[in-house]
Amino acid sequence: MDLESLRYAESHEWAKQDGDVVTVGITQYAVDQLTDVTHLQLPKVGAPLTAGKPFGEIESVKAVFDLNAPVSGTVLEVNAKLAADPSAINLDCYGPGWMLKVQLAPGATLDHLKTKAQYDMQLAEEAH
Amino acid sequence: MPELRTALHQWHVDHKARMVPFGGWSMPVQYAGIVAEHKAVRTAAGLFDISHMARVSFSGADALNLLERVFTNSVAGMKEFQVRYGLVCNEAGGILDDILVYRWPYGYAAVINAGNREKILSWLNGHAKGLDVQIHDQTMDTTMVAVQGPKAVALCAGMFEADPSSLKYYFALPTRYQGQDCVVSRTGYTGEDGLEIIVPNALGVSLWEDLVSRGAIPCGLGSRDTLRLEAAMPLYGHELNESINPIQAGLGWAVKPSKGDFIGRAAMLEFVANGTMPVRVGLEVDGKRAAREGSAIFGPDDEPAGTVTSGSFCPWLEKSLAMGYVPPAFANPGAAVEVDIRGARTAATVVPLPFYKRIT
Repeated sequence: MDLESLRYAESHEWAKQDGDVVTVGITQYAVDQLTDVTHLQLPKVGAPLTAGKPFGEIESVKAVFDLNAPVSGTVLEVNAKLAADPSAINLDCYGPGWMLKVQLAPGATLDHLKTKAQYDMQLAEEAH
Repeated sequence: MPELRTALHQWHVDHKARMVPFGGWSMPVQYAGIVAEHKAVRTAAGLFDISHMARVSFSGADALNLLERVFTNSVAGMKEFQVRYGLVCNEAGGILDDILVYRWPYGYAAVINAGNREKILSWLNGHAKGLDVQIHDQTMDTTMVAVQGPKAVALCAGMFEADPSSLKYYFALPTRYQGQDCVVSRTGYTGEDGLEIIVPNALGVSLWEDLVSRGAIPCGLGSRDTLRLEAAMPLYGHELNESINPIQAGLGWAVKPSKGDFIGRAAMLEFVANGTMPVRVGLEVDGKRAAREGSAIFGPDDEPAGTVTSGSFCPWLEKSLAMGYVPPAFANPGAAVEVDIRGARTAATVVPLPFYKRIT
Protein backbone atom coordinates (compact mmCIF):
# COMPACT_ATOMS: atom_id res chain seq x y z
CA MET A 1 0.00 0.00 0.00
CA ASP A 2 1.33 3.40 -1.01
CA LEU A 3 0.64 5.48 2.07
CA GLU A 4 1.05 8.67 0.00
CA SER A 5 -2.07 7.68 -1.98
CA LEU A 6 -4.25 7.59 1.14
CA ARG A 7 -6.11 10.42 2.86
CA TYR A 8 -6.34 10.64 6.64
CA ALA A 9 -8.87 11.76 9.25
CA GLU A 10 -7.74 13.58 12.37
CA SER A 11 -9.24 10.69 14.39
CA HIS A 12 -6.72 8.26 12.76
CA GLU A 13 -8.77 6.55 10.06
CA TRP A 14 -7.40 6.25 6.50
CA ALA A 15 -9.38 6.38 3.26
CA LYS A 16 -8.37 5.17 -0.20
CA GLN A 17 -10.39 6.28 -3.19
CA ASP A 18 -11.00 4.10 -6.28
CA GLY A 19 -13.58 5.97 -8.38
CA ASP A 20 -16.61 6.37 -6.15
CA VAL A 21 -15.66 3.53 -3.81
CA VAL A 22 -13.56 4.32 -0.73
CA THR A 23 -11.77 1.71 1.40
CA VAL A 24 -11.50 2.59 5.09
CA GLY A 25 -9.22 1.41 7.88
CA ILE A 26 -7.26 2.75 10.85
CA THR A 27 -3.69 4.02 10.79
CA GLN A 28 -0.58 2.43 12.24
CA TYR A 29 -0.52 5.20 14.83
CA ALA A 30 -3.99 4.15 16.03
CA VAL A 31 -2.91 0.50 16.09
CA ASP A 32 0.18 1.42 18.12
CA GLN A 33 -2.01 3.27 20.61
CA LEU A 34 -4.43 0.35 20.91
CA THR A 35 -1.88 -2.49 20.73
CA ASP A 36 -3.84 -5.71 21.20
CA VAL A 37 -7.27 -5.41 19.61
CA THR A 38 -9.75 -7.59 21.51
CA HIS A 39 -13.03 -6.55 19.95
CA LEU A 40 -14.27 -4.76 16.86
CA GLN A 41 -17.77 -3.60 16.06
CA LEU A 42 -18.48 -2.68 12.42
CA PRO A 43 -21.71 -1.62 10.67
CA LYS A 44 -23.74 -3.82 8.32
CA VAL A 45 -23.71 -3.60 4.53
CA GLY A 46 -26.12 -0.84 3.50
CA ALA A 47 -25.59 1.25 6.63
CA PRO A 48 -25.35 4.99 5.96
CA LEU A 49 -22.15 6.78 7.05
CA THR A 50 -21.69 10.46 7.79
CA ALA A 51 -18.21 11.96 7.63
CA GLY A 52 -16.89 12.61 11.13
CA LYS A 53 -19.57 10.51 12.87
CA PRO A 54 -18.95 7.13 14.58
CA PHE A 55 -19.55 3.99 12.50
CA GLY A 56 -18.28 1.44 15.01
CA GLU A 57 -15.91 0.86 17.87
CA ILE A 58 -12.57 -0.78 18.47
CA GLU A 59 -11.47 -2.09 21.82
CA SER A 60 -8.18 -3.17 23.30
CA VAL A 61 -7.44 -4.57 26.75
CA LYS A 62 -7.00 -1.08 28.09
CA ALA A 63 -9.53 1.13 26.31
CA VAL A 64 -12.31 1.46 23.78
CA PHE A 65 -12.43 4.02 20.96
CA ASP A 66 -15.05 5.13 18.45
CA LEU A 67 -14.31 4.57 14.80
CA ASN A 68 -15.29 7.66 12.82
CA ALA A 69 -16.30 7.69 9.17
CA PRO A 70 -13.75 9.61 7.09
CA VAL A 71 -16.33 10.07 4.31
CA SER A 72 -20.09 10.15 3.85
CA GLY A 73 -21.70 7.28 1.98
CA THR A 74 -23.13 3.77 2.25
CA VAL A 75 -21.37 0.61 3.39
CA LEU A 76 -20.79 -1.64 0.35
CA GLU A 77 -18.68 -4.32 1.98
CA VAL A 78 -17.41 -5.21 5.47
CA ASN A 79 -14.18 -7.12 6.06
CA ALA A 80 -15.82 -10.26 7.48
CA LYS A 81 -12.50 -11.83 8.49
CA LEU A 82 -11.99 -9.17 11.14
CA ALA A 83 -15.18 -10.13 12.98
CA ALA A 84 -13.77 -13.58 13.70
CA ASP A 85 -10.20 -12.44 14.31
CA PRO A 86 -9.32 -8.75 14.56
CA SER A 87 -5.58 -9.52 14.78
CA ALA A 88 -5.17 -8.71 11.05
CA ILE A 89 -5.47 -5.06 12.13
CA ASN A 90 -2.37 -5.49 14.29
CA LEU A 91 -0.51 -7.34 11.54
CA ASP A 92 -1.21 -4.97 8.63
CA CYS A 93 -3.76 -2.21 9.13
CA TYR A 94 -3.32 -0.93 5.54
CA GLY A 95 -3.68 -4.39 3.93
CA PRO A 96 -5.70 -7.33 5.30
CA GLY A 97 -6.73 -5.12 8.23
CA TRP A 98 -9.01 -2.91 6.10
CA MET A 99 -12.49 -2.46 7.60
CA LEU A 100 -15.05 -1.13 5.11
CA LYS A 101 -15.64 -0.37 1.45
CA VAL A 102 -17.92 2.63 1.16
CA GLN A 103 -19.98 3.89 -1.78
CA LEU A 104 -19.36 7.65 -1.72
CA ALA A 105 -22.51 9.72 -1.27
CA PRO A 106 -23.42 11.85 -4.35
CA GLY A 107 -21.17 14.90 -4.35
CA ALA A 108 -19.07 13.68 -1.41
CA THR A 109 -15.30 14.00 -1.69
CA LEU A 110 -12.16 13.32 0.32
CA ASP A 111 -11.06 16.94 0.10
CA HIS A 112 -11.59 17.60 3.82
CA LEU A 113 -9.17 14.80 4.75
CA LYS A 114 -5.44 15.24 5.35
CA THR A 115 -2.62 14.30 3.03
CA LYS A 116 0.11 12.06 4.41
CA ALA A 117 2.33 15.10 5.02
CA GLN A 118 -0.46 16.90 6.90
CA TYR A 119 -1.26 13.80 8.94
CA ASP A 120 2.42 13.24 9.78
CA MET A 121 2.54 16.83 11.00
CA GLN A 122 -0.48 16.15 13.27
CA LEU A 123 1.26 13.07 14.72
CA ALA A 124 4.42 15.10 15.36
CA GLU A 125 2.35 17.68 17.25
CA GLU A 126 0.52 14.98 19.27
CA ALA A 127 3.87 13.56 20.33
CA HIS A 128 4.59 16.76 22.27
CA MET B 1 2.58 19.54 40.19
CA PRO B 2 5.29 17.82 38.15
CA GLU B 3 5.09 14.05 37.98
CA LEU B 4 7.54 12.11 40.11
CA ARG B 5 10.00 9.83 38.36
CA THR B 6 11.43 6.53 39.55
CA ALA B 7 15.12 5.68 39.25
CA LEU B 8 14.12 3.49 36.28
CA HIS B 9 12.32 6.26 34.38
CA GLN B 10 15.04 6.79 31.77
CA TRP B 11 15.36 3.04 31.25
CA HIS B 12 11.63 2.79 30.55
CA VAL B 13 11.76 5.69 28.07
CA ASP B 14 14.89 4.28 26.38
CA HIS B 15 13.15 0.92 25.97
CA LYS B 16 10.06 2.37 24.31
CA ALA B 17 7.67 2.02 27.23
CA ARG B 18 4.51 4.07 26.93
CA MET B 19 4.56 6.36 29.97
CA VAL B 20 1.38 7.47 31.73
CA PRO B 21 0.63 9.47 34.88
CA PHE B 22 -0.33 7.22 37.81
CA GLY B 23 -0.70 8.19 41.46
CA GLY B 24 1.41 11.32 40.95
CA TRP B 25 4.18 9.42 39.10
CA SER B 26 5.15 8.91 35.48
CA MET B 27 4.99 5.14 35.04
CA PRO B 28 5.21 2.64 32.14
CA VAL B 29 1.79 1.29 31.16
CA GLN B 30 3.25 -1.17 28.66
CA TYR B 31 6.26 -2.10 26.55
CA ALA B 32 5.44 -4.56 23.73
CA GLY B 33 1.80 -4.99 24.71
CA ILE B 34 -0.43 -5.84 27.63
CA VAL B 35 -1.44 -9.29 26.35
CA ALA B 36 2.15 -10.52 25.84
CA GLU B 37 3.24 -9.12 29.21
CA HIS B 38 0.25 -10.66 30.99
CA LYS B 39 0.99 -14.08 29.47
CA ALA B 40 4.69 -13.80 30.33
CA VAL B 41 3.76 -13.47 34.00
CA ARG B 42 1.33 -16.42 33.89
CA THR B 43 3.82 -18.71 32.10
CA ALA B 44 7.36 -17.51 32.98
CA ALA B 45 8.38 -14.28 34.73
CA GLY B 46 7.54 -10.61 34.37
CA LEU B 47 9.26 -7.60 35.89
CA PHE B 48 7.48 -4.49 37.18
CA ASP B 49 8.79 -1.15 38.42
CA ILE B 50 6.67 -0.53 41.53
CA SER B 51 8.86 2.22 42.97
CA HIS B 52 5.81 4.50 42.99
CA MET B 53 4.46 2.51 45.95
CA ALA B 54 5.28 4.32 49.21
CA ARG B 55 7.80 2.65 51.54
CA VAL B 56 7.73 3.73 55.16
CA SER B 57 9.63 2.40 58.17
CA PHE B 58 8.73 2.69 61.85
CA SER B 59 11.04 2.67 64.84
CA GLY B 60 10.68 3.57 68.52
CA ALA B 61 9.10 1.90 71.52
CA ASP B 62 5.53 2.76 70.43
CA ALA B 63 5.76 1.62 66.79
CA LEU B 64 3.69 -1.47 67.54
CA ASN B 65 1.07 0.60 69.41
CA LEU B 66 0.70 3.00 66.49
CA LEU B 67 0.37 0.23 63.91
CA GLU B 68 -2.16 -1.72 66.00
CA ARG B 69 -4.22 1.46 66.27
CA VAL B 70 -4.32 2.30 62.54
CA PHE B 71 -4.22 -1.20 60.97
CA THR B 72 -7.24 -3.55 60.89
CA ASN B 73 -5.18 -6.74 60.97
CA SER B 74 -3.16 -7.99 63.94
CA VAL B 75 0.43 -6.75 64.13
CA ALA B 76 1.36 -8.19 67.53
CA GLY B 77 0.44 -11.61 66.19
CA MET B 78 2.98 -11.38 63.35
CA LYS B 79 6.18 -13.41 63.41
CA GLU B 80 9.50 -11.69 62.78
CA PHE B 81 10.04 -11.24 59.01
CA GLN B 82 6.33 -11.81 58.34
CA VAL B 83 4.35 -9.58 55.97
CA ARG B 84 0.64 -8.99 56.50
CA TYR B 85 -2.10 -7.38 54.38
CA GLY B 86 -4.70 -5.16 56.01
CA LEU B 87 -6.58 -1.90 55.82
CA VAL B 88 -6.20 1.56 57.26
CA CYS B 89 -9.72 2.81 58.01
CA ASN B 90 -11.31 5.96 59.39
CA GLU B 91 -13.58 5.92 62.49
CA ALA B 92 -16.62 5.24 60.28
CA GLY B 93 -14.91 2.14 58.89
CA GLY B 94 -14.28 3.66 55.45
CA ILE B 95 -11.09 2.46 53.79
CA LEU B 96 -8.27 5.03 53.65
CA ASP B 97 -5.85 2.56 52.08
CA ASP B 98 -4.90 -1.09 51.81
CA ILE B 99 -1.31 -1.70 52.87
CA LEU B 100 1.29 -4.34 53.69
CA VAL B 101 2.98 -4.30 57.10
CA TYR B 102 6.42 -5.92 57.55
CA ARG B 103 7.68 -7.00 60.97
CA TRP B 104 11.45 -6.88 61.50
CA PRO B 105 13.36 -7.86 64.65
CA TYR B 106 14.22 -4.15 65.02
CA GLY B 107 11.00 -2.42 63.93
CA TYR B 108 8.30 -2.33 61.30
CA ALA B 109 7.76 -1.17 57.73
CA ALA B 110 4.78 -0.62 55.48
CA VAL B 111 4.12 -0.42 51.76
CA ILE B 112 1.35 2.04 50.91
CA ASN B 113 -0.41 2.86 47.63
CA ALA B 114 1.30 5.61 45.61
CA GLY B 115 -1.76 7.82 45.38
CA ASN B 116 -2.36 7.62 49.13
CA ARG B 117 1.20 8.32 50.30
CA GLU B 118 0.64 11.84 51.58
CA LYS B 119 -2.79 11.10 53.04
CA ILE B 120 -1.56 8.06 54.97
CA LEU B 121 1.65 9.75 56.13
CA SER B 122 -0.37 12.59 57.57
CA TRP B 123 -2.82 10.10 59.14
CA LEU B 124 0.10 8.19 60.70
CA ASN B 125 1.81 11.34 61.92
CA GLY B 126 -1.46 12.62 63.38
CA HIS B 127 -1.95 9.43 65.39
CA ALA B 128 1.73 9.29 66.41
CA LYS B 129 1.48 12.50 68.45
CA GLY B 130 2.66 11.87 72.00
CA LEU B 131 4.00 8.42 71.09
CA ASP B 132 7.62 7.30 70.94
CA VAL B 133 7.62 6.42 67.23
CA GLN B 134 9.69 7.67 64.31
CA ILE B 135 8.17 7.41 60.85
CA HIS B 136 10.63 7.46 57.95
CA ASP B 137 9.38 7.85 54.37
CA GLN B 138 11.97 6.01 52.26
CA THR B 139 10.04 6.18 48.99
CA MET B 140 12.29 8.68 47.23
CA ASP B 141 15.53 6.95 48.26
CA THR B 142 14.71 3.42 47.21
CA THR B 143 13.66 1.45 44.14
CA MET B 144 11.10 -1.35 44.37
CA VAL B 145 10.57 -3.94 41.68
CA ALA B 146 8.35 -7.02 41.48
CA VAL B 147 9.46 -10.15 39.63
CA GLN B 148 6.40 -12.34 39.24
CA GLY B 149 5.53 -15.67 37.64
CA PRO B 150 6.18 -19.39 37.97
CA LYS B 151 9.87 -18.92 37.04
CA ALA B 152 10.42 -15.72 39.06
CA VAL B 153 11.96 -17.14 42.23
CA ALA B 154 14.24 -19.56 40.36
CA LEU B 155 15.65 -16.88 38.07
CA CYS B 156 16.80 -14.88 41.13
CA ALA B 157 19.04 -17.76 42.29
CA GLY B 158 22.42 -16.45 43.42
CA MET B 159 21.55 -12.75 43.12
CA PHE B 160 21.38 -12.03 46.84
CA GLU B 161 23.55 -13.02 49.80
CA ALA B 162 20.59 -14.93 51.25
CA ASP B 163 18.56 -17.42 49.22
CA PRO B 164 15.01 -16.13 48.62
CA SER B 165 13.76 -19.57 47.50
CA SER B 166 13.63 -20.48 51.20
CA LEU B 167 11.16 -17.65 51.87
CA LYS B 168 7.63 -18.66 52.71
CA TYR B 169 4.72 -16.82 51.08
CA TYR B 170 4.25 -13.41 52.76
CA PHE B 171 7.63 -13.45 54.47
CA ALA B 172 10.52 -11.05 53.81
CA LEU B 173 14.26 -11.13 54.11
CA PRO B 174 16.66 -8.27 54.73
CA THR B 175 19.75 -9.29 52.73
CA ARG B 176 22.37 -7.73 50.44
CA TYR B 177 22.52 -7.07 46.70
CA GLN B 178 25.90 -6.06 45.23
CA GLY B 179 27.13 -5.48 48.75
CA GLN B 180 24.31 -3.13 49.76
CA ASP B 181 21.33 -3.65 52.05
CA CYS B 182 18.12 -4.68 50.35
CA VAL B 183 14.81 -6.35 51.20
CA VAL B 184 13.35 -9.32 49.34
CA SER B 185 9.79 -10.42 50.09
CA ARG B 186 7.69 -13.26 48.72
CA THR B 187 4.72 -11.06 47.89
CA GLY B 188 3.01 -9.72 44.80
CA TYR B 189 -0.07 -8.40 43.08
CA THR B 190 -0.46 -10.73 40.10
CA GLY B 191 -1.84 -14.00 41.47
CA GLU B 192 1.51 -15.70 40.78
CA ASP B 193 4.44 -16.69 42.95
CA GLY B 194 7.21 -14.14 42.97
CA LEU B 195 9.33 -11.62 44.81
CA GLU B 196 9.27 -7.92 45.53
CA ILE B 197 12.71 -6.36 45.97
CA ILE B 198 13.71 -3.02 47.52
CA VAL B 199 17.21 -1.61 46.85
CA PRO B 200 18.82 1.84 47.19
CA ASN B 201 18.11 4.00 44.10
CA ALA B 202 21.75 3.79 43.01
CA LEU B 203 21.30 0.05 42.40
CA GLY B 204 17.87 0.30 40.75
CA VAL B 205 18.98 0.09 37.12
CA SER B 206 21.56 -2.65 37.72
CA LEU B 207 19.01 -4.76 39.61
CA TRP B 208 16.49 -4.26 36.80
CA GLU B 209 18.99 -5.12 34.06
CA ASP B 210 20.24 -8.10 36.05
CA LEU B 211 16.68 -9.47 36.20
CA VAL B 212 16.06 -8.75 32.50
CA SER B 213 19.28 -10.59 31.57
CA ARG B 214 18.05 -13.56 33.60
CA GLY B 215 14.90 -13.70 31.49
CA ALA B 216 12.33 -11.56 33.28
CA ILE B 217 10.12 -9.69 30.77
CA PRO B 218 9.63 -5.96 31.48
CA CYS B 219 5.95 -5.28 32.12
CA GLY B 220 3.90 -2.15 32.65
CA LEU B 221 1.01 -1.16 34.86
CA GLY B 222 -1.46 -2.25 32.16
CA SER B 223 -0.71 -5.94 32.63
CA ARG B 224 -0.34 -5.44 36.38
CA ASP B 225 -3.96 -4.28 36.32
CA THR B 226 -5.31 -7.17 34.20
CA LEU B 227 -3.29 -9.69 36.27
CA ARG B 228 -4.64 -8.40 39.57
CA LEU B 229 -8.16 -8.29 38.10
CA GLU B 230 -7.98 -11.98 37.11
CA ALA B 231 -6.69 -12.73 40.62
CA ALA B 232 -9.58 -10.57 42.00
CA MET B 233 -7.25 -8.41 44.07
CA PRO B 234 -8.92 -5.07 44.90
CA LEU B 235 -7.36 -1.81 43.68
CA TYR B 236 -7.62 1.34 45.76
CA GLY B 237 -9.69 3.99 43.98
CA HIS B 238 -11.70 1.25 42.24
CA GLU B 239 -12.89 -1.53 44.58
CA LEU B 240 -11.77 0.38 47.67
CA ASN B 241 -12.39 3.96 48.80
CA GLU B 242 -13.46 5.93 51.85
CA SER B 243 -17.15 5.10 51.39
CA ILE B 244 -16.49 1.35 51.15
CA ASN B 245 -15.74 -0.75 54.23
CA PRO B 246 -13.60 -3.91 54.40
CA ILE B 247 -16.53 -6.20 55.21
CA GLN B 248 -18.48 -5.39 52.05
CA ALA B 249 -15.24 -5.53 50.05
CA GLY B 250 -14.82 -9.17 51.07
CA LEU B 251 -11.75 -8.33 53.17
CA GLY B 252 -13.20 -9.37 56.55
CA TRP B 253 -10.33 -11.88 56.82
CA ALA B 254 -7.97 -8.90 57.21
CA VAL B 255 -10.00 -7.34 60.06
CA LYS B 256 -9.33 -8.65 63.57
CA PRO B 257 -11.71 -7.14 66.15
CA SER B 258 -10.39 -9.76 68.61
CA LYS B 259 -6.97 -8.05 68.72
CA GLY B 260 -8.34 -5.13 70.77
CA ASP B 261 -9.32 -1.61 69.81
CA PHE B 262 -8.31 0.04 66.54
CA ILE B 263 -9.66 2.90 64.49
CA GLY B 264 -12.91 1.79 62.86
CA ARG B 265 -13.41 -1.31 65.04
CA ALA B 266 -16.87 -0.33 66.36
CA ALA B 267 -18.11 0.44 62.86
CA MET B 268 -16.69 -2.87 61.63
CA LEU B 269 -18.69 -4.85 64.20
CA GLU B 270 -21.86 -3.11 63.00
CA PHE B 271 -21.05 -3.93 59.37
CA VAL B 272 -20.63 -7.61 60.24
CA ALA B 273 -24.08 -7.63 61.91
CA ASN B 274 -25.69 -5.70 59.04
CA GLY B 275 -26.41 -7.97 56.08
CA THR B 276 -27.83 -5.41 53.67
CA MET B 277 -24.79 -3.50 52.33
CA PRO B 278 -23.77 -3.98 48.69
CA VAL B 279 -20.92 -6.49 48.45
CA ARG B 280 -18.04 -6.99 46.02
CA VAL B 281 -18.75 -9.64 43.39
CA GLY B 282 -17.14 -11.05 40.27
CA LEU B 283 -18.94 -10.86 36.94
CA GLU B 284 -18.32 -12.92 33.84
CA VAL B 285 -19.65 -10.85 30.95
CA ASP B 286 -20.94 -12.42 27.72
CA GLY B 287 -18.87 -11.66 24.63
CA LYS B 288 -15.54 -9.89 24.42
CA ARG B 289 -16.47 -6.29 25.18
CA ALA B 290 -15.19 -5.04 28.51
CA ALA B 291 -17.60 -3.74 31.16
CA ARG B 292 -15.41 -0.91 32.39
CA GLU B 293 -15.46 1.08 35.61
CA GLY B 294 -18.74 2.93 36.02
CA SER B 295 -20.85 0.53 33.93
CA ALA B 296 -24.29 0.14 35.54
CA ILE B 297 -25.40 -3.33 36.68
CA PHE B 298 -29.08 -4.35 36.42
CA GLY B 299 -31.01 -7.20 38.05
CA PRO B 300 -33.22 -9.74 36.26
CA ASP B 301 -36.26 -7.44 36.46
CA ASP B 302 -34.28 -4.52 35.03
CA GLU B 303 -33.81 -2.93 38.45
CA PRO B 304 -30.60 -0.95 39.09
CA ALA B 305 -28.30 -3.30 41.02
CA GLY B 306 -24.98 -1.53 41.32
CA THR B 307 -21.89 -0.41 39.43
CA VAL B 308 -18.77 -1.99 37.96
CA THR B 309 -15.55 -0.92 39.71
CA SER B 310 -13.02 -2.64 37.39
CA GLY B 311 -13.45 -4.56 34.16
CA SER B 312 -11.40 -5.73 31.23
CA PHE B 313 -11.01 -8.40 28.64
CA CYS B 314 -8.63 -10.72 30.55
CA PRO B 315 -5.82 -12.10 28.39
CA TRP B 316 -5.14 -15.39 30.19
CA LEU B 317 -8.72 -16.56 30.85
CA GLU B 318 -9.77 -14.92 27.54
CA LYS B 319 -12.99 -13.66 29.06
CA SER B 320 -14.54 -10.29 29.72
CA LEU B 321 -14.42 -10.08 33.53
CA ALA B 322 -15.43 -7.40 35.97
CA MET B 323 -15.79 -6.67 39.65
CA GLY B 324 -18.44 -4.46 41.17
CA TYR B 325 -20.76 -3.95 44.10
CA VAL B 326 -24.33 -5.33 44.21
CA PRO B 327 -26.85 -5.85 47.04
CA PRO B 328 -26.67 -9.32 48.67
CA ALA B 329 -29.85 -10.39 46.84
CA PHE B 330 -27.92 -10.28 43.54
CA ALA B 331 -24.60 -11.53 44.87
CA ASN B 332 -25.00 -15.32 44.78
CA PRO B 333 -22.79 -17.14 42.27
CA GLY B 334 -24.86 -18.05 39.25
CA ALA B 335 -27.11 -14.98 39.53
CA ALA B 336 -27.95 -13.57 36.10
CA VAL B 337 -27.55 -9.81 35.73
CA GLU B 338 -27.00 -7.32 32.91
CA VAL B 339 -24.33 -4.66 32.51
CA ASP B 340 -24.55 -1.52 30.41
CA ILE B 341 -21.61 -1.38 28.01
CA ARG B 342 -21.67 1.98 26.22
CA GLY B 343 -25.45 1.87 26.00
CA ALA B 344 -25.77 -1.84 25.11
CA ARG B 345 -27.26 -4.16 27.73
CA THR B 346 -25.04 -7.22 27.97
CA ALA B 347 -25.75 -10.42 29.90
CA ALA B 348 -23.40 -11.28 32.76
CA THR B 349 -23.23 -13.91 35.48
CA VAL B 350 -22.09 -13.54 39.08
CA VAL B 351 -19.15 -15.94 39.57
CA PRO B 352 -17.03 -16.82 42.62
CA LEU B 353 -13.82 -14.86 43.21
CA PRO B 354 -10.99 -15.15 42.39
CA PHE B 355 -11.47 -15.66 38.65
CA TYR B 356 -7.93 -17.06 38.44
CA LYS B 357 -6.04 -19.12 41.02
CA ARG B 358 -2.63 -20.62 40.33
CA ILE B 359 -2.46 -24.39 40.58
CA THR B 360 0.36 -24.87 43.10
